[in-house]
Amino acid sequence: MSDTLIDVVTAVLMIGGALMSVAAGVGLLRFPDLLTRMHAATKPQVLGLLLFLLAMGLQMRSWVLIPVLLVCWIFMLLTVPVSAHMVGRAGYRTKHLRRDLLSMDELDEVVEKAANKKAPGRNPTERPDET
Amino acid sequence: MQDFSPGNLIFGGLIAYAVANLLYLPPVELSGRFNVLYAVPFIGRFLYKLVVASFEVFWLSLTQGPRLVNAVVAVQLRSQSDLLVTVTGHALSLIPGSLVVEVDRSTSTLYLHCLNVKTPEGAAKIRSDVRATEAWLIRIMGTPDDLALLQTEVRFDQENEEREEGIRK
Repeated sequence: MSDTLIDVVTAVLMIGGALMSVAAGVGLLRFPDLLTRMHAATKPQVLGLLLFLLAMGLQMRSWVLIPVLLVCWIFMLLTVPVSAHMVGRAGYRTKHLRRDLLSMDELDEVVEKAANKKAPGRNPTERPDET
Repeated sequence: MQDFSPGNLIFGGLIAYAVANLLYLPPVELSGRFNVLYAVPFIGRFLYKLVVASFEVFWLSLTQGPRLVNAVVAVQLRSQSDLLVTVTGHALSLIPGSLVVEVDRSTSTLYLHCLNVKTPEGAAKIRSDVRATEAWLIRIMGTPDDLALLQTEVRFDQENEEREEGIRK
């Protein structure tokens, strides 16, 4: 493969990666609440990093670098959903969400049911499923 | 970077040992099987869906922005295995427009926050999509029990379809 072709592919990948970073930024600005913003912070960003790493791999042209780039992306894949889940969970529990933007909420029903079950028995040792 | 000297390796090993023993977590139960024949197409599907999901989020942020309507959908998974539920949750946070808000471990139920879901049909589509992702992961790395359950389910669905077609004829 000629050098020019590799350069062109690299340029396309880097522009794609930058576009994804822009997408994440626009999403963070325009989305209305915490949970929707977490979507913007997870998906485009992971793809953006992948495109940048591919561009790096193409330009460096050394095989020893490939595992490092791969490990870099795999750690991103492992950590991004965990952080998104933790932030989302904490946000949901502390009611940092806009209910008027939800068309349905099946978790709310469960939470309410659990709260109703716990409320009558004030004994903390009592198990909710026995009442 | 690229430093493979013995000192570096030993120090890394020590850190790994300390982390694994000081921050002890329940052991992960592996199923003992890993099917590469399903793993390779799954990676392809994953990458394709990652691209689609990224552009979808971009498009929604540009066109809908603050007026976006979402839903929190409960999806019950087939598997009881912690590892499989975790892997499914991970994959789901990255591919379709969903985010795991809460996990009920006792019933293997995931509560997902999904972008741009306005109708119950949209939620049903999310559910079938999630269960398809889980089916892929069971075929790759699920326990033999889960795999048998999945195969029974697939056969049952096929028979149902055939019966419906028979009735129509």
